[in-house]
Amino acid sequence: MCKLCMQHAACLENRKCMRKTSCIFNETLHAQIEEPTLIILIINKSCSEIINLIVSRMPQQLDVIQKLSAHRGKVWSVNWHPSGKVFASCGEDKTIRIYNQEKDAWVMQAVLSDGHTRTIRDIAFSNCGMFLASASFDATVSIWDKKAGTYECNSTLEGHENEVKSVAWSVSGQFLATCSRDKSVWIWDITANCEEFDCAAVLNLHTQDVKKVVWHPLEDILASSSYDNTIKIYKEDPSDNDWTCTATLTSHSSTVWGITFDKTGKRIASCSDDCTVKIWQQYEVGNAEGISTPDNEPVWKCVCTLSGFHDRSIYDISWCKLTGLIATACGDDHIRIFKEADNSTKNEPIFDLETKILAHKQDVNAVKWNPVIPGLLLSTSDDGDIKIWKFNNL
Amino acid sequence: MELENINPNIFKKSDERPVSESEKNENTVDPIDSREVFDLIRNINDPEHPLTLEELHVLEESRVEVDNEKSFIRILFTPTIPHCSMATLIGLSIRVKLLRSLPPRFKISVQITPGTHSSENAINKQLADKERISASLENSTLLEVVNQCIARSNR
Repeated sequence: MCKLCMQHAACLENRKCMRKTSCIFNETLHAQIEEPTLIILIINKSCSEIINLIVSRMPQQLDVIQKLSAHRGKVWSVNWHPSGKVFASCGEDKTIRIYNQEKDAWVMQAVLSDGHTRTIRDIAFSNCGMFLASASFDATVSIWDKKAGTYECNSTLEGHENEVKSVAWSVSGQFLATCSRDKSVWIWDITANCEEFDCAAVLNLHTQDVKKVVWHPLEDILASSSYDNTIKIYKEDPSDNDWTCTATLTSHSSTVWGITFDKTGKRIASCSDDCTVKIWQQYEVGNAEGISTPDNEPVWKCVCTLSGFHDRSIYDISWCKLTGLIATACGDDHIRIFKEADNSTKNEPIFDLETKILAHKQDVNAVKWNPVIPGLLLSTSDDGDIKIWKFNNL
Repeated sequence: MELENINPNIFKKSDERPVSESEKNENTVDPIDSREVFDLIRNINDPEHPLTLEELHVLEESRVEVDNEKSFIRILFTPTIPHCSMATLIGLSIRVKLLRSLPPRFKISVQITPGTHSSENAINKQLADKERISASLENSTLLEVVNQCIARSNR
């Protein structure tokens, strides 16, 4: 417990995750705070109030570049084209909107409105950049291609029983993954030129609603997260082409809304309705740490929990492959950016809150870092807006 | 359809809210308070009986918590029997009515009064999942049932 304020034992336990704020609780470091007024201010304040106070004194690091308000109703998701020069958004108004960068501004180039009969929950560009997949509450997935110059819907994938929540293309371009409230994850095998999508696997391993599917950045390994509070990892067995679940990650105490790999694919960050972010580390078979790998498959361990930062459910998380920054989209209308500390280690990582900003008028639903331009971030919200942000402190 | 609770207890409805002099003044800001929120939802109909949620004591003003400053509202509702299969529908109706009536800045939490339902946690989790709520409101059959429950409270 802090000998100064005598009441923030909980914060001290989390000190590892709150290095920036911990100096206030750590007696020996109190002297380093140059402003005596700050110490007076923090006495008798709750943990979250102190974090807010400190954040309000940080320099502004995240600037909004542009706001786009074309959607009607909730904007559920947004995703970058691999070129980093185009992005697509989707939402409650059953449309997909494509934006291009023209000189200094992002301009809407197309509206795709004839693909789905209900909310479009998620969209993703293929790694080749030629195709766009959209997942809808109408239980279907549409594949759009740009062969003729404009996006046209040339395939509709049916199979899920109800709302499709997420869609993702594998890095090799060979597979597409989808997931649904029907508790299943589907893997579709893609033939050359994306002409046909054959069902390669139906994975019924979650016990509830599956919220998100995300592929490994370098290999055809899939991760899914669910309302059943777990994350699962899947891999294809090369001997018989069967997809199997190789790991189940349990530690969250409520729905896991989002998952994101780091650039190496050896770490996952997850965000949940339990208001925490967790960092998971992969340990290979025969790892130097001596962590047992019972099924001859890598195991994943939760090595860091960021708690006390978010006030409501966290709906999305994005780990920048260029800068290593982690952004979160929260139901308290804020975006937060976390950065790995200099003294962080593989087995005991430390992440600092770099900035926190009131980003939207309602829940923030999605955040996505640009794959090419460092520090460029997209966000979407229930308030109907898409915002483009620039993080200045790279 | 067979009624689950054939003979529910019926309670007296509360009186109309008295209007104070300051509330008549157009220049005074009237913050949204618990009585105002309660008035929005108390006349929602029970899906099984021709009675309101107030008359069945599913909703009580004392279980409506409003923090106008922080834009936060919490409603606790009490199913008439602990195995009530209509609890999710009742919670959904309350949520939908509030979503349609209140400014969007409000964060609304609708939960079961602790200890009054056998599947309390599962229902609370479902009612807190905004994605499921959004999806269920695109289901025309369900939406019709919800609209029927809400209809009288709109008058």
